[in-house]
Amino acid sequence: MSNRIEFKLWLAHRLSGMALGLFVVVHLAGMIIAIQGGLSSAEILQRTSGNYALGVFYSLFTIAAATHSTIGLRTVAREVIGWSGISANFFLIIFFLFLCAMGISAVGGLVL
Amino acid sequence: MENNQKKITVSVWRGGEDGNFENFQVPFVEDQTILDLLTHVQRTIDNSLSYRFACRVGMCGSCAMRVNGKPRWTCRTLVSTVVQNDELKLEPLSNLPVVKDLVVDMEPFFEKWQEAKGRFEPSDSPVTEFVPIKPDDKQRQKADEAIECINCGCCYAACDVVESNPAYLGPAALNRAWSLINDAKDFANPERLKAVSGDGGCQNCHTNSQCVARCPLQLNPTRSIAGLKKAVSLATLKGEI
Repeated sequence: MSNRIEFKLWLAHRLSGMALGLFVVVHLAGMIIAIQGGLSSAEILQRTSGNYALGVFYSLFTIAAATHSTIGLRTVAREVIGWSGISANFFLIIFFLFLCAMGISAVGGLVL
Repeated sequence: MENNQKKITVSVWRGGEDGNFENFQVPFVEDQTILDLLTHVQRTIDNSLSYRFACRVGMCGSCAMRVNGKPRWTCRTLVSTVVQNDELKLEPLSNLPVVKDLVVDMEPFFEKWQEAKGRFEPSDSPVTEFVPIKPDDKQRQKADEAIECINCGCCYAACDVVESNPAYLGPAALNRAWSLINDAKDFANPERLKAVSGDGGCQNCHTNSQCVARCPLQLNPTRSIAGLKKAVSLATLKGEI
């Protein structure tokens, strides 16, 4: 792997971590506010349906989470069990796509 | 004054990568350094013992080794401060090839200095106006904090990232690069920023601060590496490197 890609992955890991910090705070605040009035899950889903801004927010949340966890796992795989190279990268790309697909489909269920 | 009654047992690594510990009984002397103790062993017990030293006053960084498992500069370490149950264990520095007994090959350590562009590089063309070096300048202060390294290798031997990833440049080389990045008279950037962010670059640091804990001069390579991470990140995001 070329020299600069390692650093860029590290940087992506840090930036996605920073983004997650913001997303988690907004998510928790939203959850707390939403249940203050005693709303049920069905009532919440009724309100989120068609809210595309919410869809964009949670889609970005999903991508940040998938990016952060995949790069973090890559480092753990290399440093703890010594697994690196093409096979590890291939597995982790599949893992990244899996997380994105699961997360985006969940966002679809929330918004569409 | 030498106490004729009291002796301590010193276990010293003998041999190369494969070897074993040899025990020596030596008199315990107040205010004796580890280096003094080794000199006593070599002069009076076994003159085949190999260890490295030069200045004996904490300036050259030659005499570092592991004392009871921790890297230390032996010329400034008193036996009385590290002896445990009248025993001492002396081993060569970790993470470097052993030449013989307590002597390690420092070549990989200094090769990484070169990889990190640890050399001062002046301007290619003659400088018409010299940059003033003001002691209170913030950038100069960052350089000054890092510049006192004597290259003893204690941080390199203590670093668990070097241990797990032999390609990692290590705290000393990165600390050196940080001092030069903050030197207004050096002209090796942005090439140096590229050099410190390769596969073995600053991003590998776990911020465990073992280097800080073991630096005999109380320098802070972890802070220097954090500075490098920030500088390289900004240069990368701006598209400069």
